[in-house]
Amino acid sequence: MALPARSYANALVIGVAGRLDQDNCDAFRADLMAHVERSAHDGGAVILDLSGLEYVSSAGLRCFMLASRQAKAQHGRIFVASLQPMVAEIFEISHFNMVFQVFPTVREALAAASIEAAAAFDKA
Amino acid sequence: MSMRIRFWGTRGSIPVALTSYDIRDKLARALVEASGRTFASYEEAHAFASTELDFSITHTFGGHTPCVELDLGGDEYFVCDMGSGARPFGVHVLAKQARRPATVNVFMSHVHWDHIMGFPFFGPAYVPGTRIRIHSCHDVCEQAYRLQQAAPCFPVDFAQLAASIEFVKLEPDVPRDVSGLVVTPHLQLHSGDSYGFRFEKDGKRVVYSTDSEHKLENRAEAESFAAFFRDADVVIFDAMYALADAISVKADWGHSSNIVGVELCQMANARHLVLFHHEPANDDATLEGLLKEARRFEELTRSGEPLKVSAAWDGLEIEP
Repeated sequence: MALPARSYANALVIGVAGRLDQDNCDAFRADLMAHVERSAHDGGAVILDLSGLEYVSSAGLRCFMLASRQAKAQHGRIFVASLQPMVAEIFEISHFNMVFQVFPTVREALAAASIEAAAAFDKA
Repeated sequence: MSMRIRFWGTRGSIPVALTSYDIRDKLARALVEASGRTFASYEEAHAFASTELDFSITHTFGGHTPCVELDLGGDEYFVCDMGSGARPFGVHVLAKQARRPATVNVFMSHVHWDHIMGFPFFGPAYVPGTRIRIHSCHDVCEQAYRLQQAAPCFPVDFAQLAASIEFVKLEPDVPRDVSGLVVTPHLQLHSGDSYGFRFEKDGKRVVYSTDSEHKLENRAEAESFAAFFRDADVVIFDAMYALADAISVKADWGHSSNIVGVELCQMANARHLVLFHHEPANDDATLEGLLKEARRFEELTRSGEPLKVSAAWDGLEIEP
Protein backbone atom coordinates (compact mmCIF):
# COMPACT_ATOMS: atom_id res chain seq x y z
CA MET A 1 0.00 0.00 0.00
CA ALA A 2 1.64 3.25 -1.10
CA LEU A 3 0.92 6.02 1.37
CA PRO A 4 1.08 9.61 0.09
CA ALA A 5 3.37 11.64 2.30
CA ARG A 6 4.46 15.30 2.48
CA SER A 7 7.13 16.86 4.71
CA TYR A 8 6.66 20.09 6.67
CA ALA A 9 9.86 20.96 8.59
CA ASN A 10 10.28 18.20 11.19
CA ALA A 11 6.87 16.66 10.53
CA LEU A 12 5.68 14.18 7.92
CA VAL A 13 1.99 14.09 7.00
CA ILE A 14 0.78 10.72 5.73
CA GLY A 15 -2.61 10.33 4.09
CA VAL A 16 -4.61 7.20 4.90
CA ALA A 17 -7.69 6.50 2.79
CA GLY A 18 -10.35 3.88 2.18
CA ARG A 19 -10.90 0.95 4.54
CA LEU A 20 -8.21 -0.39 6.80
CA ASP A 21 -8.83 -3.92 8.01
CA GLN A 22 -7.35 -7.40 8.11
CA ASP A 23 -7.30 -7.61 4.31
CA ASN A 24 -4.81 -4.78 3.83
CA CYS A 25 -3.28 -4.09 7.23
CA ASP A 26 -0.05 -6.03 6.59
CA ALA A 27 0.90 -3.89 3.60
CA PHE A 28 -0.25 -0.74 5.39
CA ARG A 29 1.82 -1.58 8.47
CA ALA A 30 4.97 -2.20 6.46
CA ASP A 31 4.68 1.13 4.66
CA LEU A 32 3.71 3.07 7.78
CA MET A 33 6.54 1.63 9.86
CA ALA A 34 9.08 2.59 7.17
CA HIS A 35 7.82 6.20 7.32
CA VAL A 36 7.86 6.21 11.12
CA GLU A 37 11.40 4.83 11.29
CA ARG A 38 12.60 7.54 8.95
CA SER A 39 10.69 10.52 10.30
CA ALA A 40 9.40 10.04 13.86
CA HIS A 41 12.67 10.21 15.76
CA ASP A 42 14.50 12.72 17.94
CA GLY A 43 11.55 15.07 18.28
CA GLY A 44 10.26 14.55 14.75
CA ALA A 45 6.59 13.84 14.20
CA VAL A 46 4.41 11.73 11.93
CA ILE A 47 0.88 12.99 11.43
CA LEU A 48 -1.70 10.60 10.11
CA ASP A 49 -4.21 12.51 8.00
CA LEU A 50 -7.29 10.30 8.29
CA SER A 51 -9.66 12.54 6.33
CA GLY A 52 -9.95 9.86 3.64
CA LEU A 53 -10.26 6.90 6.00
CA GLU A 54 -13.77 5.48 5.93
CA TYR A 55 -13.38 2.55 8.33
CA VAL A 56 -10.74 1.01 10.55
CA SER A 57 -11.00 -2.41 12.23
CA SER A 58 -9.14 -3.68 15.28
CA ALA A 59 -6.40 -5.02 12.99
CA GLY A 60 -5.96 -1.55 11.50
CA LEU A 61 -5.95 0.10 14.91
CA ARG A 62 -3.20 -2.30 15.94
CA CYS A 63 -1.04 -0.89 13.11
CA PHE A 64 -1.47 2.59 14.58
CA MET A 65 -0.50 1.21 18.00
CA LEU A 66 2.67 -0.40 16.65
CA ALA A 67 3.62 2.81 14.89
CA SER A 68 3.09 4.76 18.10
CA ARG A 69 5.33 2.37 20.02
CA GLN A 70 8.03 2.65 17.38
CA ALA A 71 7.85 6.45 17.43
CA LYS A 72 8.13 6.56 21.22
CA ALA A 73 11.13 4.21 21.16
CA GLN A 74 12.85 6.65 18.77
CA HIS A 75 11.89 9.71 20.85
CA GLY A 76 9.52 10.81 18.12
CA ARG A 77 5.80 11.56 18.11
CA ILE A 78 2.76 10.44 16.19
CA PHE A 79 -0.54 12.31 15.93
CA VAL A 80 -3.81 11.64 14.13
CA ALA A 81 -5.86 14.35 12.50
CA SER A 82 -9.01 15.09 10.56
CA LEU A 83 -10.99 11.97 11.42
CA GLN A 84 -14.30 11.28 9.70
CA PRO A 85 -17.17 10.97 12.21
CA MET A 86 -17.33 7.18 12.06
CA VAL A 87 -13.59 6.72 12.52
CA ALA A 88 -13.62 9.29 15.34
CA GLU A 89 -16.32 7.25 17.05
CA ILE A 90 -14.34 4.02 16.62
CA PHE A 91 -11.34 5.76 18.21
CA GLU A 92 -13.52 6.66 21.20
CA ILE A 93 -15.19 3.24 21.45
CA SER A 94 -11.85 1.44 21.41
CA HIS A 95 -10.28 4.00 23.80
CA PHE A 96 -7.65 4.88 21.19
CA ASN A 97 -8.43 8.55 21.84
CA MET A 98 -6.77 7.99 25.22
CA VAL A 99 -3.62 6.65 23.59
CA PHE A 100 -3.30 9.04 20.64
CA GLN A 101 -3.40 12.79 20.46
CA VAL A 102 -6.29 13.50 18.10
CA PHE A 103 -6.57 16.84 16.29
CA PRO A 104 -9.51 18.23 14.32
CA THR A 105 -7.26 19.33 11.45
CA VAL A 106 -3.83 18.55 10.01
CA ARG A 107 -2.86 22.21 10.57
CA GLU A 108 -3.53 21.89 14.30
CA ALA A 109 -1.53 18.66 14.50
CA LEU A 110 1.38 20.35 12.71
CA ALA A 111 1.22 23.24 15.18
CA ALA A 112 1.53 20.71 17.99
CA ALA A 113 4.57 19.22 16.24
CA SER A 114 6.44 22.51 15.90
CA ILE A 115 6.03 26.17 14.94
CA GLU A 116 8.23 25.52 11.91
CA ALA A 117 6.01 22.68 10.69
CA ALA A 118 2.90 24.82 10.94
CA ALA A 119 4.65 27.70 9.18
CA ALA A 120 5.78 25.41 6.37
CA PHE A 121 2.23 24.17 5.97
CA ASP A 122 0.90 27.75 5.79
CA LYS A 123 3.43 28.63 3.10
CA ALA A 124 2.73 25.60 0.96
CA MET B 1 -36.21 -29.48 26.07
CA SER B 2 -34.84 -25.93 26.22
CA MET B 3 -31.37 -24.96 27.30
CA ARG B 4 -30.77 -22.26 29.88
CA ILE B 5 -27.47 -20.56 30.66
CA ARG B 6 -26.99 -19.43 34.24
CA PHE B 7 -24.04 -17.22 35.18
CA TRP B 8 -22.77 -17.90 38.71
CA GLY B 9 -19.43 -16.11 38.32
CA THR B 10 -18.41 -13.61 35.65
CA ARG B 11 -15.37 -11.76 36.99
CA GLY B 12 -11.81 -12.47 35.90
CA SER B 13 -8.64 -13.04 37.88
CA ILE B 14 -9.86 -12.54 41.45
CA PRO B 15 -13.22 -12.12 43.17
CA VAL B 16 -14.36 -8.61 44.00
CA ALA B 17 -17.19 -7.26 46.16
CA LEU B 18 -19.09 -4.00 46.29
CA THR B 19 -17.92 -1.86 49.18
CA SER B 20 -20.08 0.21 51.52
CA TYR B 21 -18.94 3.29 49.63
CA ASP B 22 -20.03 1.76 46.32
CA ILE B 23 -23.53 1.19 47.67
CA ARG B 24 -23.73 4.71 49.10
CA ASP B 25 -22.61 6.13 45.73
CA LYS B 26 -25.23 4.11 43.84
CA LEU B 27 -27.93 5.43 46.21
CA ALA B 28 -26.71 8.98 45.74
CA ARG B 29 -26.78 8.59 41.95
CA ALA B 30 -30.31 7.15 42.12
CA LEU B 31 -31.51 10.09 44.22
CA VAL B 32 -30.01 12.56 41.75
CA GLU B 33 -31.68 10.73 38.87
CA ALA B 34 -35.03 10.82 40.73
CA SER B 35 -34.58 14.59 40.84
CA GLY B 36 -37.19 15.43 43.46
CA ARG B 37 -39.78 12.91 42.35
CA THR B 38 -41.86 11.28 45.04
CA PHE B 39 -43.18 7.73 45.04
CA ALA B 40 -46.46 6.76 46.66
CA SER B 41 -45.46 3.15 47.18
CA TYR B 42 -42.58 0.72 47.10
CA GLU B 43 -43.95 -0.61 43.82
CA GLU B 44 -43.80 2.83 42.21
CA ALA B 45 -40.24 3.33 43.37
CA HIS B 46 -39.34 -0.16 42.18
CA ALA B 47 -40.84 0.52 38.75
CA PHE B 48 -38.82 3.73 38.49
CA ALA B 49 -35.62 1.94 39.45
CA SER B 50 -36.32 -0.92 37.05
CA THR B 51 -37.20 1.11 33.99
CA GLU B 52 -35.51 4.49 34.22
CA LEU B 53 -32.18 3.97 35.92
CA ASP B 54 -29.00 2.55 34.44
CA PHE B 55 -28.10 -1.04 35.25
CA SER B 56 -24.93 0.14 36.99
CA ILE B 57 -27.02 2.15 39.48
CA THR B 58 -29.57 -0.53 40.33
CA HIS B 59 -27.44 -3.66 39.95
CA THR B 60 -23.90 -4.90 40.12
CA PHE B 61 -22.15 -7.11 37.60
CA GLY B 62 -20.93 -9.09 40.57
CA GLY B 63 -17.68 -10.40 41.76
CA HIS B 64 -17.46 -14.19 41.56
CA THR B 65 -14.85 -15.69 39.26
CA PRO B 66 -15.93 -17.88 36.31
CA CYS B 67 -18.63 -20.47 36.75
CA VAL B 68 -21.33 -20.84 34.08
CA GLU B 69 -24.05 -23.47 34.17
CA LEU B 70 -25.77 -24.93 31.13
CA ASP B 71 -29.13 -26.15 32.40
CA LEU B 72 -30.48 -28.73 29.96
CA GLY B 73 -33.54 -29.42 32.07
CA GLY B 74 -32.48 -33.00 32.80
CA ASP B 75 -31.14 -34.78 35.86
CA GLU B 76 -27.46 -34.02 35.32
CA TYR B 77 -25.66 -30.72 35.76
CA PHE B 78 -23.26 -29.14 33.25
CA VAL B 79 -20.95 -26.32 34.25
CA CYS B 80 -17.96 -24.48 32.83
CA ASP B 81 -15.16 -23.75 35.30
CA MET B 82 -15.09 -23.85 39.05
CA GLY B 83 -14.27 -20.26 39.97
CA SER B 84 -15.66 -18.78 43.17
CA GLY B 85 -19.12 -18.82 41.55
CA ALA B 86 -19.04 -22.58 42.18
CA ARG B 87 -19.98 -21.91 45.80
CA PRO B 88 -23.45 -20.44 45.08
CA PHE B 89 -23.81 -22.93 42.22
CA GLY B 90 -23.25 -25.71 44.77
CA VAL B 91 -25.89 -24.23 47.06
CA HIS B 92 -28.29 -24.26 44.11
CA VAL B 93 -27.49 -27.90 43.32
CA LEU B 94 -27.99 -29.01 46.92
CA ALA B 95 -31.31 -27.18 47.20
CA LYS B 96 -32.55 -28.61 43.90
CA GLN B 97 -31.45 -32.14 44.73
CA ALA B 98 -33.13 -32.18 48.17
CA ARG B 99 -30.68 -34.75 49.58
CA ARG B 100 -30.52 -36.84 46.39
CA PRO B 101 -26.94 -37.19 45.12
CA ALA B 102 -26.20 -35.20 41.98
CA THR B 103 -24.21 -35.90 38.82
CA VAL B 104 -22.19 -32.85 37.83
CA ASN B 105 -20.23 -32.53 34.56
CA VAL B 106 -17.53 -29.88 34.76
CA PHE B 107 -15.67 -28.46 31.74
CA MET B 108 -12.40 -26.74 32.57
CA SER B 109 -11.10 -23.96 30.29
CA HIS B 110 -7.79 -24.19 32.19
CA VAL B 111 -6.60 -24.51 35.74
CA HIS B 112 -5.52 -21.02 36.69
CA TRP B 113 -6.55 -20.23 40.23
CA ASP B 114 -9.57 -18.06 39.40
CA HIS B 115 -11.06 -21.04 37.54
CA ILE B 116 -10.62 -23.66 40.27
CA MET B 117 -10.82 -21.68 43.52
CA GLY B 118 -14.52 -22.38 44.10
CA PHE B 119 -14.21 -26.15 44.12
CA PRO B 120 -13.16 -26.51 47.79
CA PHE B 121 -16.42 -24.68 48.63
CA PHE B 122 -18.59 -26.66 46.20
CA GLY B 123 -21.06 -28.28 48.61
CA PRO B 124 -21.98 -31.35 46.51
CA ALA B 125 -18.33 -32.48 46.64
CA TYR B 126 -18.93 -33.27 50.32
CA VAL B 127 -22.08 -35.34 49.73
CA PRO B 128 -21.64 -39.14 49.48
CA GLY B 129 -23.05 -40.55 46.27
CA THR B 130 -22.44 -37.35 44.28
CA ARG B 131 -20.70 -38.01 40.99
CA ILE B 132 -18.44 -35.29 39.60
CA ARG B 133 -16.81 -35.67 36.18
CA ILE B 134 -14.20 -33.02 35.45
CA HIS B 135 -13.50 -32.71 31.71
CA SER B 136 -10.32 -31.01 30.53
CA CYS B 137 -7.68 -31.00 27.82
CA HIS B 138 -4.95 -30.33 30.38
CA ASP B 139 -2.80 -33.15 31.73
CA VAL B 140 -2.27 -31.13 34.91
CA CYS B 141 -5.96 -30.74 35.75
CA GLU B 142 -6.13 -33.34 38.51
CA GLN B 143 -2.81 -32.16 39.93
CA ALA B 144 -4.11 -28.59 40.15
CA TYR B 145 -7.33 -29.64 41.91
CA ARG B 146 -5.41 -31.73 44.44
CA LEU B 147 -2.73 -29.09 44.96
CA GLN B 148 -5.08 -26.30 45.99
CA GLN B 149 -6.58 -28.48 48.72
CA ALA B 150 -3.28 -29.80 50.03
CA ALA B 151 -1.95 -28.70 53.42
CA PRO B 152 -1.17 -26.03 54.44
CA CYS B 153 -3.45 -24.23 51.95
CA PHE B 154 -6.80 -25.80 52.86
CA PRO B 155 -8.06 -27.86 55.83
CA VAL B 156 -9.82 -30.57 53.81
CA ASP B 157 -7.59 -32.63 51.55
CA PHE B 158 -8.96 -33.54 48.12
CA ALA B 159 -8.80 -37.22 49.08
CA GLN B 160 -11.25 -36.59 51.92
CA LEU B 161 -14.04 -35.39 49.65
CA ALA B 162 -17.06 -37.67 49.80
CA ALA B 163 -18.09 -37.40 46.16
CA SER B 164 -16.86 -39.76 43.48
CA ILE B 165 -14.63 -37.55 41.33
CA GLU B 166 -13.40 -38.58 37.91
CA PHE B 167 -11.06 -36.66 35.60
CA VAL B 168 -11.88 -37.07 31.90
CA LYS B 169 -9.37 -36.05 29.24
CA LEU B 170 -10.75 -34.31 26.17
CA GLU B 171 -8.93 -33.87 22.87
CA PRO B 172 -8.84 -30.50 21.09
CA ASP B 173 -11.22 -30.20 18.13
CA VAL B 174 -12.64 -33.69 18.77
CA PRO B 175 -16.36 -33.68 19.61
CA ARG B 176 -17.39 -35.73 22.63
CA ASP B 177 -20.91 -36.70 23.70
CA VAL B 178 -21.29 -36.08 27.42
CA SER B 179 -24.69 -37.33 28.56
CA GLY B 180 -26.36 -36.02 25.42
CA LEU B 181 -24.45 -32.74 25.24
CA VAL B 182 -21.89 -32.66 22.44
CA VAL B 183 -18.80 -30.67 23.41
CA THR B 184 -15.84 -29.70 21.22
CA PRO B 185 -12.77 -28.08 22.83
CA HIS B 186 -10.60 -25.60 20.92
CA LEU B 187 -7.10 -24.40 21.84
CA GLN B 188 -6.81 -20.73 22.82
CA LEU B 189 -3.88 -18.38 23.37
CA HIS B 190 -3.28 -18.03 27.11
CA SER B 191 -0.43 -18.68 29.49
CA GLY B 192 -0.28 -22.46 29.95
CA ASP B 193 -2.96 -22.83 27.23
CA SER B 194 -6.70 -22.57 27.66
CA TYR B 195 -9.55 -24.22 25.76
CA GLY B 196 -12.85 -22.86 24.58
CA PHE B 197 -15.84 -25.19 24.41
CA ARG B 198 -18.52 -25.38 21.77
CA PHE B 199 -21.65 -27.07 23.12
CA GLU B 200 -24.38 -28.43 20.88
CA LYS B 201 -27.71 -29.98 21.74
CA ASP B 202 -31.04 -30.13 19.91
CA GLY B 203 -29.92 -27.56 17.35
CA LYS B 204 -28.71 -25.06 19.96
CA ARG B 205 -25.06 -23.96 19.89
CA VAL B 206 -23.33 -22.26 22.80
CA VAL B 207 -19.66 -21.30 22.85
CA TYR B 208 -17.74 -20.66 26.07
CA SER B 209 -14.49 -18.89 25.17
CA THR B 210 -12.74 -17.28 28.09
CA ASP B 211 -9.12 -16.50 28.88
CA SER B 212 -8.29 -16.20 25.22
CA GLU B 213 -6.14 -13.58 23.52
CA HIS B 214 -6.54 -12.92 19.82
CA LYS B 215 -3.62 -11.75 17.71
CA LEU B 216 -5.26 -9.40 15.27
CA GLU B 217 -2.57 -9.64 12.63
CA ASN B 218 -3.09 -13.37 12.25
CA ARG B 219 -5.87 -13.90 9.73
CA ALA B 220 -5.70 -17.69 10.02
CA GLU B 221 -6.29 -17.41 13.76
CA ALA B 222 -9.31 -15.15 13.24
CA GLU B 223 -10.75 -17.56 10.67
CA SER B 224 -10.17 -20.50 13.00
CA PHE B 225 -12.18 -18.80 15.74
CA ALA B 226 -14.84 -17.66 13.32
CA ALA B 227 -15.28 -21.34 12.40
CA PHE B 228 -15.37 -22.31 16.07
CA PHE B 229 -18.05 -19.67 16.75
CA ARG B 230 -19.90 -20.35 13.46
CA ASP B 231 -23.69 -19.76 13.72
CA ALA B 232 -23.58 -19.94 17.52
CA ASP B 233 -26.72 -18.89 19.35
CA VAL B 234 -24.59 -17.55 22.21
CA VAL B 235 -20.86 -16.79 22.46
CA ILE B 236 -19.56 -16.18 25.99
CA PHE B 237 -16.41 -14.19 25.29
CA ASP B 238 -13.38 -12.98 27.23
CA ALA B 239 -13.80 -9.19 26.98
CA MET B 240 -11.61 -8.20 29.88
CA TYR B 241 -10.19 -5.00 28.40
CA ALA B 242 -10.92 -2.12 26.08
CA LEU B 243 -9.18 -2.68 22.74
CA ALA B 244 -6.49 -0.01 23.30
CA ASP B 245 -5.45 -1.68 26.55
CA ALA B 246 -5.63 -5.22 25.14
CA ILE B 247 -3.13 -4.44 22.39
CA SER B 248 -0.82 -2.09 24.26
CA VAL B 249 -0.01 -2.26 27.97
CA LYS B 250 -1.89 -5.53 28.40
CA ALA B 251 -0.75 -7.27 25.23
CA ASP B 252 0.32 -10.87 25.87
CA TRP B 253 -1.66 -11.01 29.12
CA GLY B 254 -3.90 -13.65 27.56
CA HIS B 255 -7.17 -11.75 27.30
CA SER B 256 -9.26 -9.97 24.72
CA SER B 257 -11.61 -7.03 24.27
CA ASN B 258 -15.24 -6.16 23.63
CA ILE B 259 -14.40 -4.90 20.13
CA VAL B 260 -12.67 -8.10 19.01
CA GLY B 261 -15.64 -10.05 20.41
CA VAL B 262 -17.98 -8.12 18.11
CA GLU B 263 -15.71 -8.59 15.10
CA LEU B 264 -15.30 -12.35 15.56
CA CYS B 265 -19.00 -12.89 16.19
CA GLN B 266 -19.85 -10.89 13.08
CA MET B 267 -17.40 -13.00 11.07
CA ALA B 268 -18.99 -16.14 12.53
CA ASN B 269 -22.60 -15.04 12.01
CA ALA B 270 -23.24 -15.63 15.72
CA ARG B 271 -26.50 -14.32 17.22
CA HIS B 272 -25.66 -13.21 20.73
CA LEU B 273 -22.32 -12.07 22.19
CA VAL B 274 -22.02 -12.10 25.98
CA LEU B 275 -19.07 -10.12 27.36
CA PHE B 276 -17.42 -12.09 30.14
CA HIS B 277 -14.39 -12.34 32.47
CA HIS B 278 -14.68 -8.74 33.61
CA GLU B 279 -11.57 -6.90 34.76
CA PRO B 280 -11.62 -6.77 38.59
CA ALA B 281 -10.44 -3.14 38.58
CA ASN B 282 -13.50 -2.04 36.60
CA ASP B 283 -16.50 -0.74 38.53
CA ASP B 284 -20.08 -1.24 37.40
CA ALA B 285 -20.25 2.06 35.53
CA THR B 286 -17.08 1.22 33.60
CA LEU B 287 -18.40 -2.22 32.68
CA GLU B 288 -21.69 -0.72 31.54
CA GLY B 289 -19.68 1.74 29.45
CA LEU B 290 -17.78 -1.09 27.77
CA LEU B 291 -21.09 -2.79 26.99
CA LYS B 292 -22.54 0.38 25.45
CA GLU B 293 -19.37 0.84 23.38
CA ALA B 294 -19.56 -2.75 22.12
CA ARG B 295 -23.22 -2.27 21.16
CA ARG B 296 -22.40 0.94 19.31
CA PHE B 297 -19.48 -0.71 17.51
CA GLU B 298 -21.82 -3.49 16.43
CA GLU B 299 -24.24 -0.92 15.02
CA LEU B 300 -21.47 0.91 13.17
CA THR B 301 -20.03 -2.24 11.60
CA ARG B 302 -23.20 -4.26 10.99
CA SER B 303 -23.55 -5.64 7.49
CA GLY B 304 -26.07 -8.45 8.00
CA GLU B 305 -28.35 -9.57 10.80
CA PRO B 306 -27.94 -7.64 14.06
CA LEU B 307 -25.71 -9.22 16.69
CA LYS B 308 -27.20 -8.98 20.17
CA VAL B 309 -24.58 -7.86 22.70
CA SER B 310 -24.90 -8.34 26.46
CA ALA B 311 -22.57 -8.25 29.43
CA ALA B 312 -22.69 -11.20 31.82
CA TRP B 313 -23.44 -10.57 35.49
CA ASP B 314 -23.66 -12.91 38.44
CA GLY B 315 -27.25 -14.14 38.42
CA LEU B 316 -27.96 -13.53 34.72
CA GLU B 317 -29.97 -16.27 33.01
CA ILE B 318 -30.43 -16.47 29.26
CA GLU B 319 -31.96 -18.93 26.83
CA PRO B 320 -30.03 -19.50 23.61
